[in-house]
Amino acid sequence: MKLITAIVKPFKLDDVKAALKGVGVEGLTVSEVQGFGRQGGHTETYRGSEYAIDFIPKIRIEAVVADGDVDRVCDAVVEGARTGKIGDGKVWVTEVTRMIRIRTGERDSDAI
Amino acid sequence: MDSGNIAWMLASTALVLFMTPGLAFFYGGMDRSRNVLNMLMMNFYCLLVIPLLWAAVGYSLSFSVTDHGIVGGFGLAMMRGINLTQESAPAALVKMIFLATFAAITPALISGAVAGRMKFSAWAIFVPVWSLLVYCPVTYWVAADNGWMKQMGALDFAGGTSIHVNAGIAALAAVLVLGKRKGWPREGAPPHSMPLVMLGTGILWFGWFGFNAGSQLGADGVTVQVFINTFLAASAAGLSWSVVERLRDGHFTNLGVASGIVAGLVAITPACGFVSTGSAMAIGAIAGVACCYAVLLKNRFLYDDALDVVGVHFVGGLVGSILIGLFSHPQFFGYPQGQGLGADGLLQVTPGLFFGGGLNLLGYQLVANGAAVLYSFIASFAIMKILDAVMGVRVSADDEQEGLDLTQHAETAYHSAERGLGRGI
Repeated sequence: MKLITAIVKPFKLDDVKAALKGVGVEGLTVSEVQGFGRQGGHTETYRGSEYAIDFIPKIRIEAVVADGDVDRVCDAVVEGARTGKIGDGKVWVTEVTRMIRIRTGERDSDAI
Repeated sequence: MDSGNIAWMLASTALVLFMTPGLAFFYGGMDRSRNVLNMLMMNFYCLLVIPLLWAAVGYSLSFSVTDHGIVGGFGLAMMRGINLTQESAPAALVKMIFLATFAAITPALISGAVAGRMKFSAWAIFVPVWSLLVYCPVTYWVAADNGWMKQMGALDFAGGTSIHVNAGIAALAAVLVLGKRKGWPREGAPPHSMPLVMLGTGILWFGWFGFNAGSQLGADGVTVQVFINTFLAASAAGLSWSVVERLRDGHFTNLGVASGIVAGLVAITPACGFVSTGSAMAIGAIAGVACCYAVLLKNRFLYDDALDVVGVHFVGGLVGSILIGLFSHPQFFGYPQGQGLGADGLLQVTPGLFFGGGLNLLGYQLVANGAAVLYSFIASFAIMKILDAVMGVRVSADDEQEGLDLTQHAETAYHSAERGLGRGI
């Protein structure tokens, strides 16, 4: 099993969700995060004083998928999240060693 | 006092009461999210302790006429001797409770300057002490029948000198004792919730109609003109501040609009019952520009007036009060001309420079404000210094870092799961 983690622009969440549904991903977790990469922040001015705002709000999407689905799911995320402009985000894949469905006790691939 | 006047005065009292929470949100939104509840508390606290103190002794010390004229006596403590079988009682009672809201909001103004680093226990003592020792005497000089500033001919319709100049310079004294926030001016945070700031601004503007127009202590033609002046000065100032910001910094900002509106309201406060419509617009426009630049003084002179109480209230109040010297127009209102109360008990008003009065009124305004500044600064500084020696006025560096909401009140405004109206940074 693999954990797919994606950092995307907040307004692209619906597109990514639709794309993931399209490739059969039935569960995912979404959180509001902040970060920066090459996009950088911006400056705000309040009463003549400038403030550098480094962090940009993003959405983090996490989904655990079967090993065989990794490529398809990653492609779906990229497809859904890409705008072509700087700040589109990143997707990465990490190993999941164990997963349990809490209600039923099903384990590993039965829990996906 | 007929029922129409009573109704207006009670409505005005409620309007001005609403201004203290309005101020709380105006400041609270500008501060960091970890300190917003402390800011709200500093303001709401004033509504708890001051009205009680005012009814007990404060009103008497501010308005009960004494021969020495330095401060009032105790003749009106708890409004003694007054009961509702007397025909004059409603007017007397309504005046007391109306002005209680003024007494409450004046120390609250100072909260914006000391934001983020003052111990609440020290604030809790500072507020009533300052109210008795500074607010009451200055109010007496400005507004009591034989107050020396009034007798001299200085004009202050709703408290530009006794409230805004007074609290504004006291705020400067307070921050000089308190010290700068950690990392200021290099590090700082932008307002954590501009929506709260705009909400507070709207409430302040709404309530200010009670503050200014209620100061006529009745509902008549003067009340109408005061209402008009209050409205239009705010609009003019909001616009002029915004234009300056647009040219100087590049954008129209909500904070600029909010600050400009408040600056205009502050400036028209002393003048609103003495100037006509065009003058009110001018006063607002001038105050907007003046205060937009005045808020930069703290960076120049390196005093940490966190939320610009000095730049907006002190400077705005001073500008408005001085401009009465130019724009006072008793002919428009039908006021008798002269200085102080006439034999008939009516206030006599000197015309301003632009209306044939020469430089006299300007002189009275300068003297009155100068005296208020001197007294308030020295007394406020002394109170803070004594408090600092006795109990310490500043929170520890760790507490400042963690935030005052948690360390002073064991409360959090925004828990991580809720977004509320702030970003929680």
